[in-house]
Amino acid sequence: MSGVPGANPLRDPQDRRLPRIAGPSGLVIFGVTGDLSRKKLMPAVYDLANRGLLPPGFSLIGFARREWQDEDFAQEVHDAVKQHARTPFREEVWQQLIQGMRFVQGNFDDDEAFEQLKTTIQELDKAQGTGGNFAFYLSVPPKFFPKVVQQLKKHGLADQKEGSWRRAVIEKPFGHDLKSAQELNQIVHDVFPPNEVFRIDHYLGKETVQNILALRFANTMFEPIWNRSYVDHVQITMAEDIGIGGRAGYYDGIGAARDVIQNHLLQLLALTAMEEPGSFHPKALVAEKLKVLTAVELPDDLGKHTVRAQYVHAWQGGEEVPGYLEEDGIDPKSKTDTYAAIKLTINNRRWAGVPFYLRTGKRLGRRVTEIAVVFKRAPYLPFESGATEELGGNALVIRVQPDEGVTVRFGSKVPGTSMEVRDVTMDFAYGESFTESSPEAYERLILDVLLGDANLFPRHQEVELSWNILDPIEEYWDKHGKPAQYPAGTWGPAEADEMLARDGRSWRRP
Amino acid sequence: MKIDLTETTSSKINQALVSARRALGTPAIGMVLTLVIVTDEENAYDALKSAGDASREHPSRIIAVIKRVSRSPRSRRDARLDAEVRVGSDAGTGETVVLRLHGELVNHAQSVVLPLLLPDAPVVVWWPEDAPADPAKDPLGALAQRRITDAYSAEDPARELAARADSYTPGDTDLAWARITPWRSMLAAALDQQHVELVSATVEGESENPSCELLAMWLADRLGVPVERTVSAGPGLTAVRMETKNGVIVLDRPDGSLATLSMQGQPDRAVALKRRDTAELLAEELRRLDPDNTYEATVKFGVAQLGGPAEPKPAEPAAATTPAAAKKTAAKKAASK
Repeated sequence: MSGVPGANPLRDPQDRRLPRIAGPSGLVIFGVTGDLSRKKLMPAVYDLANRGLLPPGFSLIGFARREWQDEDFAQEVHDAVKQHARTPFREEVWQQLIQGMRFVQGNFDDDEAFEQLKTTIQELDKAQGTGGNFAFYLSVPPKFFPKVVQQLKKHGLADQKEGSWRRAVIEKPFGHDLKSAQELNQIVHDVFPPNEVFRIDHYLGKETVQNILALRFANTMFEPIWNRSYVDHVQITMAEDIGIGGRAGYYDGIGAARDVIQNHLLQLLALTAMEEPGSFHPKALVAEKLKVLTAVELPDDLGKHTVRAQYVHAWQGGEEVPGYLEEDGIDPKSKTDTYAAIKLTINNRRWAGVPFYLRTGKRLGRRVTEIAVVFKRAPYLPFESGATEELGGNALVIRVQPDEGVTVRFGSKVPGTSMEVRDVTMDFAYGESFTESSPEAYERLILDVLLGDANLFPRHQEVELSWNILDPIEEYWDKHGKPAQYPAGTWGPAEADEMLARDGRSWRRP
Repeated sequence: MKIDLTETTSSKINQALVSARRALGTPAIGMVLTLVIVTDEENAYDALKSAGDASREHPSRIIAVIKRVSRSPRSRRDARLDAEVRVGSDAGTGETVVLRLHGELVNHAQSVVLPLLLPDAPVVVWWPEDAPADPAKDPLGALAQRRITDAYSAEDPARELAARADSYTPGDTDLAWARITPWRSMLAAALDQQHVELVSATVEGESENPSCELLAMWLADRLGVPVERTVSAGPGLTAVRMETKNGVIVLDRPDGSLATLSMQGQPDRAVALKRRDTAELLAEELRRLDPDNTYEATVKFGVAQLGGPAEPKPAEPAAATTPAAAKKTAAKKAASK
């Protein structure tokens, strides 16, 4: 089954119509009855099959407590696909998938169930020709990670055999501080070798995030100004308009900074600020990301340059919503942050002195994620006073979601007899130039797992470095003061505005 | 929004496009290419519909050039241009201009189309049927980076393929070639799984379907083994068999949608291989606008090199492989330049 790559006479690098199809393989999903699995994973598998990117004989095994037969499981996948898949439902694609669908019922400490899983895998190797290649997707709460990986090891499911692979896919959170992250990494790496562990940060699977690299390194017009000589500061925002919903148990004690800044925002920062990698080989890319994350420095006075807050009861978009402390299952004395804003600097030649402001929050104005690179104002303006009053700094905004695209803001003369310059925007929208073809992040990421391509997955060093950055802030917050407050549906607390005003800047309204 | 213009000129059409966009309040345009469709009244509706669907993936300005047949000497003398400008929800995601050329103007279509091309964006010309013998030398084809023909619509597809090979210019491509991409990727995936030495291959499909010939030529070119083309009742391509030293690999699709892949030492597996509609094929074509070297090597391989039981074999199979192998190295040399 194994062979020299490139030995296939039908493959030709010049033949760019042929897509990358994963080799013979299967996917095992733990926690298959969960929301993520139904809304994202199952539809992504179907969409991949529909686009012809899955190998013949691809198999999907669900593992959960529920008492299901294979047919019940298939029905569940069927419903999930019909409801959530991006591409239209086609019977023949479904017929291809259903042949490799199995369900294993059991608890995570149930040895019998794992033996059953082992037999199922062996049976699929025979019936579907999966060749022993399986990825284990742990779509389960982090407290079960150790149990599941140990069970996989105990039953020999994680053994890498000659000519086949076994991979582990894990979702955030990757721990809640440096120590717990290291422990988790140790547990997982004890069973799977580091290069076979794939950490899903679904942001990195988004087209716009991958486009940051294309924008910076495929063009000539941005890179010359992408440094401290021209950039005044960078704002990275991830705002959600929803509250904590049913996730009280998970969210309380974790908070916005741990939930979002540690992974998504620091990854976006790394991609925005890193140097050009020598190639797009995963090793080269990760080396550059690690370099820039190591160079990140915290402000000296954390009290002045970080803000955390909680939303309070208010009207949001025509709806009355409760405050964080009034949500079901939240301790009324909780100090958990639902909003966090921090200022970071990067100590290298390119970025010294350029602040990076990161903010995230729940129940903000609207759902948006964007990176705004704000440029310095022109050193001299040869216009009459008043002509440029309305002119702000030039800005390049990468809109990650929704309405993916890039906006450039610059000054333009207002039509009329007098010279007056005002900000205008120039827009590139993905939806406009490449409509509909954007695959979901999970599609790309699942395919990459099956292909063994680790480029879009954070490595354990990156995870540990991010905790290194965040831990001192969390410690400071723990010891000093309590969260500020902001009415639900606004763009955060007044303290955050003051934090930027101190530096003579202001937040963009995204 | 729809604007009808009779006895018009290109510059009036351009003005109509600008004012239509202004009226809709969307002066910014994010279109990535101009797609010129050369067709007749009969096929225009289907072609425009497919192009409109494909424009959901590739927002484009679609220009349909409809050459009207003149039936009297008087109407032949009378040159006239009528146009229909569609912007907004009537035109997929981009803009559509339908041009109707009358009389003498039929022979000068490029003069109408040139001023209507989007600035600095690639141009693609598509002939849904009746493609010129040499697309690159055609006055409209000469405007384009990419020229899409469809051998499937020709009276004699095999001869059409030979003509395509003779006149091949980088940028030429054919929808019959796009039709077999799923087959090719599945066959390549099958050989990814088993690295075996191949002995021969057979491609089976309905007669007068040039995709079968193209697939057979591609296999022959890449594998350097004799490939036989046999005829079945269809629909479309029905099966590919590859004889290897370890047994046979069969990809069999009797019903036009669900195929079975069987390989030695492995269980049979179902594979979805649906016949795709024109919009999907067109969208695939528009995804890459650089010359398709694999298509070039394949079409230049030559239909005559294929073996088949329908015709008396001109030479021994062994003799047939020699020119194939020679062609292959030649093609590789050309490709490595």
